Amino acid sequence: MWFLLTALAALIASVLWYINAPEDKYKFSLLSFIYWGATIMWLVDHVKAYTLDRGEFFEVNNNATALGFSVVLFGLFVWLVVLMVSDPKGVWKKVLKR
Amino acid sequence: MACFLVPTGEALVTTVIQKIAKKKEEKAGGERTGNTSTKWSQRLGWLNKLLWGGVIMLCLEHIWHGEVVPWPPFLTAMDTPGDVKPMVHEIVTFGIPMAISVTVVWAIMVVFVELRAKATKDVPEVKAQTVDGGV
Repeated sequence: MWFLLTALAALIASVLWYINAPEDKYKFSLLSFIYWGATIMWLVDHVKAYTLDRGEFFEVNNNATALGFSVVLFGLFVWLVVLMVSDPKGVWKKVLKR
Repeated sequence: MACFLVPTGEALVTTVIQKIAKKKEEKAGGERTGNTSTKWSQRLGWLNKLLWGGVIMLCLEHIWHGEVVPWPPFLTAMDTPGDVKPMVHEIVTFGIPMAISVTVVWAIMVVFVELRAKATKDVPEVKAQTVDGGV
């Protein structure tokens, strides 16, 4: 389930990047890369696990769903930290000058 | 168990390569005008973001599943001698394909972008002309 939720997040982040492109003020490209990197890795993980163990391809249960939302939130958190540190709008400068 | 260690190793190497490439480009930048198709530091930056992004997310997943802990030896499989061999096997069977897949996707991206950049350059510039006629 976390694979599906991350893939969905990757698609949404890519759409947001494309809407704003070629400008990338809010670093949506970074958010896309974070989610796509994880999506590719989990795709390989799922395919390998499925071919080796023949188990369920998508784990659909509460634990897997909670993990899915957690990783999506974590990706957002990392992106937000980078955004705050780089401060493309110069908000910190303006706030601290007051 | 620890499959994300292979992409982590690759990410460390590519990050160093990107830093070196960036320095070289900055040096060369003073001598020639900026050519976006030679900006390898930017291209490597995409690979780094894909790798580091995947690694941090997978690390969280491993913490969730109790395979990674914040205290030494960090990998729970290392506590039990019998678990070390399966862990190494998982690193090889899962980690290497993961790193290769991300690199292949990145390579496809770079080839696509380079081809698009080349196609854009090859198209001759056409001057806009006013056309008479119509109602």
